[in-house]
Amino acid sequence: MTTALHRRTFLAATGAGLAGILAARTAPAFAQGTKLHIVRWVDFIPEADVELKRQAPEASKALGAEVTFEFINANDLQPRITAAIQSGSGADIIQMLWNWPHLYANALVDVSDVADPIGRSQGGFYDIFSSSAKVGGKWLSVPHGVGANAVAYRRSLFNEIGAKEFPKTWDEYREVGKKLKAKGKPVGQALGHSFGDPPTFAYPFLWDFGGAEVDKTGKKVMINSKGAIEAVKFLQAFWKDACDEGGLAWDDTNNNRAFHAGEIGATLNGASIYIVAKRQKDKLKDDKGEPLFQDIEHAPLMPKGPAGQFALYLPFQHSVMKYSKNQKLAKDFLKWLHQDANYGKWFEVNEGYSVGSTKKWEESPMWGRIDKPLQTFRRAAGASLMLGHPGPATAKATEAYTKYIIVDMFAKGVQGTKAEDAVKWAESELKKIYEG
Amino acid sequence: MSKPIAGGAGSAADVVALPRARSASPSGMTRFLESERLLAVMLLAPTVLLLGVFIAYPFVMGVWLSLSNTSVGNPGQFVGLKNFVKAWNDSIFRTAFWNTSVYTFWATIFKLALGMWLAVLLNRHFRGKRLVRASMLLPFIVPTVLSTFAWRWMFDPTFSVLNWLLYRGGFIVTKVPFLSDGLYGLWCAIAVNTWRGMPFFAITLLAGLQTISPDLHEAASLDGANGWKRFWHVTWPLLKPVTLVVVVFSIIQTFSDFQLIYVLTGGGPANSTHLLATYAYQIGVATGLLGEGAAISLFMLPVLFLVVWVQLRYLRRLEGA
Repeated sequence: MTTALHRRTFLAATGAGLAGILAARTAPAFAQGTKLHIVRWVDFIPEADVELKRQAPEASKALGAEVTFEFINANDLQPRITAAIQSGSGADIIQMLWNWPHLYANALVDVSDVADPIGRSQGGFYDIFSSSAKVGGKWLSVPHGVGANAVAYRRSLFNEIGAKEFPKTWDEYREVGKKLKAKGKPVGQALGHSFGDPPTFAYPFLWDFGGAEVDKTGKKVMINSKGAIEAVKFLQAFWKDACDEGGLAWDDTNNNRAFHAGEIGATLNGASIYIVAKRQKDKLKDDKGEPLFQDIEHAPLMPKGPAGQFALYLPFQHSVMKYSKNQKLAKDFLKWLHQDANYGKWFEVNEGYSVGSTKKWEESPMWGRIDKPLQTFRRAAGASLMLGHPGPATAKATEAYTKYIIVDMFAKGVQGTKAEDAVKWAESELKKIYEG
Repeated sequence: MSKPIAGGAGSAADVVALPRARSASPSGMTRFLESERLLAVMLLAPTVLLLGVFIAYPFVMGVWLSLSNTSVGNPGQFVGLKNFVKAWNDSIFRTAFWNTSVYTFWATIFKLALGMWLAVLLNRHFRGKRLVRASMLLPFIVPTVLSTFAWRWMFDPTFSVLNWLLYRGGFIVTKVPFLSDGLYGLWCAIAVNTWRGMPFFAITLLAGLQTISPDLHEAASLDGANGWKRFWHVTWPLLKPVTLVVVVFSIIQTFSDFQLIYVLTGGGPANSTHLLATYAYQIGVATGLLGEGAAISLFMLPVLFLVVWVQLRYLRRLEGA
């Protein structure tokens, strides 16, 4: 069916529109039709993306420009960034994980004028961000949140094998893991090429045994050490005795699915396993038909190794791209996003999966309302080290991470390569990056 | 009655004179329009432009990148063959090169053998022949990413339906590490590639089979040749040129394959299933070392050039014989 548009109807309609604009007496802040395009990962908490999408029209109204979000697989973020920078076109704001701003420093806008006031007014950013988002004293990304990890485990299974609490040391965990594997519910650990779970396990595990990729200066490769060899040797045994050996091919999503399906008894992960289990409590049940989330406990850190107990959490931040024609608008949007009223809603939807980027959010009343296992994450962000530790988190550290050298060193070991050879391989790869 | 033309039979009154040719030289525009050379240039221009923009420019750009230290956001400087030397000394590159060769060799052999078998079967007359021929093309028609995702689910380390079937059937007691072991992973990729590429072989060889005159088979049968002998002495020699062309295409596509490995294994575990294309992508696009990534991908060029050259020479010799 077609509707004829008569001249008078047209004049009446457009006349009313113009009258409305004139009556408002405010010119839009940006040229009409201006769009702001933001690319982020697909969140493990789907409601977090829903909340951002819900906020988009509010932001559009406040800024006088059309704000649109695009969510892509986290593993596709880096290829997307490379393509955007090289072609000089793409999203105005792109989410940066880890210390990626170091790698893309030449293509990012200095956003210190946005980040500094946020940090100052909110009790300061966590230390992790001065390593990840600050390059040469300038903020090249506005810190947005931290995806902290914990070991999610099944309380009932641990009780059945006589483990009243989460093991304190790696040796104890190996014994617990053996019993779990014997019950057909092994420890699940991703050790494939994926952005989050494999590195958040491999790096702290290396540090726990006294290994490190470089020295404090970040210039000398130190991986070929007793600590690193011991770490690989321990993982070879731990993998065989306690783990689901399919983990070599896992990405960040596999352990969530395996845990929810009751295939594994414990895994290192963010709060998403618990949150999704609770939000889908009618679907995700344990062997007795009870909601699975009621059986999930969180150990705040992985067990302790001979050299200590370390953590590596995933920092999230937003960068404004230099090629963007809407840099001011992008900065205004980031200021808007971090206003308490807006940020707070997104933060609460996360229920601890993504904690705040500033210490202020530790005091949010949300922490009193959420379940006890989720409260583990309240102050977790302060404990995290960064890629390249004990050296600075430079672009070289990002390159080593992006090539999965530390992850692959362990993966080679559990696939049967001699520990010493796996470490030597990592040494030669790291030397090409740091000393080449 | 039609009028005779001048010089023909008929009375003088009936004669019609032909228009006299113009004595003046043709105008510039006419010369321009009638110039064959110009016409050729004009007709070729769109093709040359398309080839230049979409083939030559990216190729030249790739060569330049491979000779520079360009990284994401940083314009590079000329570094000569440094990236090629670095790649050659890189253990992951060597693994990727080996994997690419193994993957291409076996996948092509399987596709050829199974495709030929399928083509010979489909060349017979049976009920529902058209339906079978059409459905056979499905693996080739479905987008690679989509079908590979389905295979990934079937090989999933935790929820593999194949493991489930093998376990239920009493064939295994522990899971087969389809994707969590490098060797298994590569063979899984070869299997998926064969599944996907076999229809291309089958349909092309089938077209070749249909050009072979049934009289030749009939004559061979009368001479007492059995099925195998008929295939070996009649079908195969006549099918050789088509087969060589299909094999060349397949080698080019398989050697530079990216999507299948990227989706199925991502090059893992521990880089053990990387092909040259996926490794070049990881270094060039994911890590942002564009110069090094370009050098890795350019290693494919001499290999493919050699394969094509050898096979085309052989093809020419066959045609000449």
